[in-house]
Amino acid sequence: MYNSNRSRIIQIIIGVIFTLIILQLISLQIFSSKYVLAANNNAIFRRIIYPDRGIIFDRKKRALLENTISYDLVVIPNEAKGVDTATLCAILKIDKKEYAKRMVEVIIKNTRVKLGIFEPFLSTEVYAQITENLYRFPGFSLSERSIRNYPYNTAAHVLGYVAEVDINFLKKHEADGYEMGDYAGMTGLEKQYESILMGQRGVKRFLRDNKGKIQGPFEKGEFDTTAIAGRNLYTSMDVEVQQLAEKLLQHKIGSVVAINPKSGSIIAMASSPGYNPNLLTGNQRRKTIGRLLTDTARPIYNRAIKGQYPPGSTFKPLGALIALDEGLITPSFGYNCFGLYTACGDPRKCEHHNAGHAGNLQLALANSCNSYFLQVFRMAIDNPKYHNAKLGYLKWKEYMNSFGLGRKLGIDLPSENRANIPDTAQYNKDFGGAKYWNSCFMLTLGIGQDRMTATPLQLANTMAFIANDGYYYTPHFVDSVEEEDDYDKELLLKYRTKQEVTKIPKEYYDVIKEGMHDVTIIGTAAFIKVPGHEFCAKTGTAQNPHGKNHSMFVCFAPKDNPKIAVAVVVENAGFGSTWAGPIAGLIMEKYLNDTLTKESKTKMDYLANVDLMPANIKEWYIRNNKTEMLIPLNYNNDELSDIWDMEMLSETAPIKLNVDTLKKIDTFQKNKPPASPIPPKQNNKESILTPIEKKKKVNSQ
Amino acid sequence: MVTIGVLCIFMVEYNPNLNWSNSFLTAKTNFSKQIYFSIFCAFIAIFILLLDSKVFTALANLSYAAGILLMLATFILGKNINGSKSWIPIAGGFNLQPAELCKIFTALFLAKFISKPDTDFKKLKSHLIAGAAIALPAILSIMQHELGLALVYSAFIFAMYREGLPPVILVVLLSFAILVIATLLLDPSLLAIILTVIAGLFIFAMIKRFKKNKSKILIVVAIWGICFGTVRFAVPYIFNHVFECYQSTRIYSMVGKEYDCAQNKKSASSTGLRHSKKPDDYNVKQSKIAIGSGGFWGRGFLKGTQTRGKYVPEQHTDFIFTSLGEAFGFVGTFIFLGLYLFFLFRLVRIAERQRSAFSRVYAYSVVGIFFFHIAVNISMTIGLFPVVGIPLPLISYGGSSLLTFTVLLFILLRLDADRQMVLR
Repeated sequence: MYNSNRSRIIQIIIGVIFTLIILQLISLQIFSSKYVLAANNNAIFRRIIYPDRGIIFDRKKRALLENTISYDLVVIPNEAKGVDTATLCAILKIDKKEYAKRMVEVIIKNTRVKLGIFEPFLSTEVYAQITENLYRFPGFSLSERSIRNYPYNTAAHVLGYVAEVDINFLKKHEADGYEMGDYAGMTGLEKQYESILMGQRGVKRFLRDNKGKIQGPFEKGEFDTTAIAGRNLYTSMDVEVQQLAEKLLQHKIGSVVAINPKSGSIIAMASSPGYNPNLLTGNQRRKTIGRLLTDTARPIYNRAIKGQYPPGSTFKPLGALIALDEGLITPSFGYNCFGLYTACGDPRKCEHHNAGHAGNLQLALANSCNSYFLQVFRMAIDNPKYHNAKLGYLKWKEYMNSFGLGRKLGIDLPSENRANIPDTAQYNKDFGGAKYWNSCFMLTLGIGQDRMTATPLQLANTMAFIANDGYYYTPHFVDSVEEEDDYDKELLLKYRTKQEVTKIPKEYYDVIKEGMHDVTIIGTAAFIKVPGHEFCAKTGTAQNPHGKNHSMFVCFAPKDNPKIAVAVVVENAGFGSTWAGPIAGLIMEKYLNDTLTKESKTKMDYLANVDLMPANIKEWYIRNNKTEMLIPLNYNNDELSDIWDMEMLSETAPIKLNVDTLKKIDTFQKNKPPASPIPPKQNNKESILTPIEKKKKVNSQ
Repeated sequence: MVTIGVLCIFMVEYNPNLNWSNSFLTAKTNFSKQIYFSIFCAFIAIFILLLDSKVFTALANLSYAAGILLMLATFILGKNINGSKSWIPIAGGFNLQPAELCKIFTALFLAKFISKPDTDFKKLKSHLIAGAAIALPAILSIMQHELGLALVYSAFIFAMYREGLPPVILVVLLSFAILVIATLLLDPSLLAIILTVIAGLFIFAMIKRFKKNKSKILIVVAIWGICFGTVRFAVPYIFNHVFECYQSTRIYSMVGKEYDCAQNKKSASSTGLRHSKKPDDYNVKQSKIAIGSGGFWGRGFLKGTQTRGKYVPEQHTDFIFTSLGEAFGFVGTFIFLGLYLFFLFRLVRIAERQRSAFSRVYAYSVVGIFFFHIAVNISMTIGLFPVVGIPLPLISYGGSSLLTFTVLLFILLRLDADRQMVLR
């Protein structure tokens, strides 16, 4: 029947449309997961609960760094209506234009309905003013955050700093769950032990509506995780020794490393110029970081693990050890030196002329006879055992590497430098092939010159293994981790494993030790004393292509039961015994005796105020109106603000230079220094002015 | 007996639905209001059941006239809600939307007209009269900016088709719809080529037959010409000149394209009647997210994050389906659609067993209206149809629409009870 046919058709149409709808539903609800994700993005607000970062302690459980609370002023732009902008601007010391600008920034970053940071890291003063007036600023609120604080203002290079992660960091650490706005350790121990220090972030999930308002916890907090505080690190550092080291290095470019040879634990590591770590936290950071990065003296650069210095005479004990071990010399081996070494044609100078000053190994070490060690070096390279100079050199290099030179030691700090023990390939290239060179060609390697370089850390480590008669522990800061788990144990395992340095018999070490002891009795370091302790040392005055000799000193003490091994480098300062030696002496005294004698204190004050800053760096500071950098950095919180005041001053009133200074600048600009930690070679002039005089001059304008 | 059965299905279906859907997605006021509405509607339903069937036939024409008058009255008394001026405020904070009620009256009128013994619905003249009777309230609705309601009137095609409207009209409408969508989706010149090729193939295939009757070639060419004209001129013209900017945008967003409002001459001249800050597909996007996030089993009653967060605008009225989809997942929506389908087929069966043409036409009108509402509403929430303001029958919040559907249904039940009678 025609009519019921039509009813069928109508039913079919209805059926077809319903099928279509169901198909679409299937595709929406069953086969596409993106809608679930989108829904969660819409409705679930994840608030990350940041745990407190772990604290780093020194060997006496004093906190090298702590956490303090800082407050950010945050705002929800949509709710910020009827704000007393005049008052707010007055408190924050901004104008209305800036207010509007920041508001726009917040909206761009976090939209109108979400919290955005209006002003981070409020100072206590501003914080107090804002809390008082908060009712006048609808939409604004204060949000807490934990920042680092360094009660001793010290060890900036070692501790490193935390900073907001950037896109590169996020790409690198994709699996670690960092998000934009997180903070992470960027350098130093903060970076090395990030996974331990950071703890575990907690996440709280909230339901929110279309306006971003929180409706309540999601699923009654079933999926929330609690924040677990970061674990603490216990280091072997000694705050007082560290502070002393930094103080002694003031106005100098250089580095101090002190290691406990018994465990490889680092007692102090200083690099100068340094900076106050508190200047890189909170709102100070923005002001400081740029200045630090552009400074020609590179205060952020950790010279203790990155600076490469020719070891100079401090290398001599090692040269002797090799020759002894290879059976080339005996402790009684002597060399008839008359002040020149001429065996290779081109004569090399020795500081001593008197006959018999290198009558045996012990004497040669005490007097630091160049000729003796040049000879010993040549014997090692031309060792008949290895047939030719190349193989002899390779053997020699093998010794060097086992001494921890020319390779990374594996300290628990990021970006350690391996410095340089030259490869034969380098000499092949220099001299046009393996057969064209012999021991004479790199003769001065024997006295720690030529292409050989070492970091202060490596130098200190050589002292550690000599002190230990042939072994060392990889130098490290962290002795233990709070609530150590298996993973941490594995991490720290290499710092708890003894590293054997070839099988050199103990008696050879004894000879070397005696020689180094003589250095402190009759030799180059005779006037340096550590009250109550005998110690062994070696001075070094390293020639370098960058200007005046580097002053070097390596030592360990006490002689019979070594507890501390120290290496000191003062760049372009002259004799090792003049500057580096006394600094090392004071460090040992402080560590072993816990105090300094009155006499030593006077010495300390003197050393701390001596200005050995290379002239070209001083010029740079004057040229860039940063004379305040020439003023002693005071490791005292109260005076910190004074430094800043001075900077303000110099910014507001540009310094006019007198004719003399202008002339100096002219000559200076002709020889522009490269931005290197080591001063450029062209400028060899002594500094004429002390910083105080310079300052006076500038101020008298 | 069947009456009671059907009644039960309706009751079971709509009251619980109302309760749970509204309880978790609207504030208490809307929820309780809706309960009052349903109680009120129940009284109306009982009242209707108590009436004599003849009343409806008697009042059909009169009510239609009254409905039209009411709609005209809204232009004077109307209150502006969401940009459409189609509500008459009545006491107690309730508003009445005459356009809704007018659907009933039109259905009655149409039934009355077709069932008149002197109407032969196979003639073009009666088609036109019926069409005009439907078009009048539809046009009035458009003038009130209620495009959705106006579209509902096209649902009467079902009833008319059942009573003898030539099927060609359905085919033509369908092909026109396909053509419009194709215009939106495809590059115009590509589409022109496709059309030409189809026409060419058609002629080629039928070439022998055409040789006998050359006028048929002309027909094919004419159809091709109309199609071509539609694609090239009519559709762009409609989109740029007849539709409001927001309407064009919605249609474009359905097929996943952006519409540039700068092309729209009308909105340019009338300075943007509805200026919306959110992107216009925001509704559909959020609605799809909500439904999609339900997954297979759903998030569970009262656990929908999207509904609680009120991400979907109008989710207690037009977008109510989203909360259902989110809370009960595919299983829920499938059962829900099954119920509706069963309900519609039930209505068709009721329609078919009527002896009197009046009841049958009326029943088909009800089927059409319900089907149109359900299909369009659900389709728009899942992105198959442009967004138009059409409520989901018996579920969506809203007194007028609930009342309309109750009245529509119970008049049908009343008529069904008297199905042996021949009504004129």
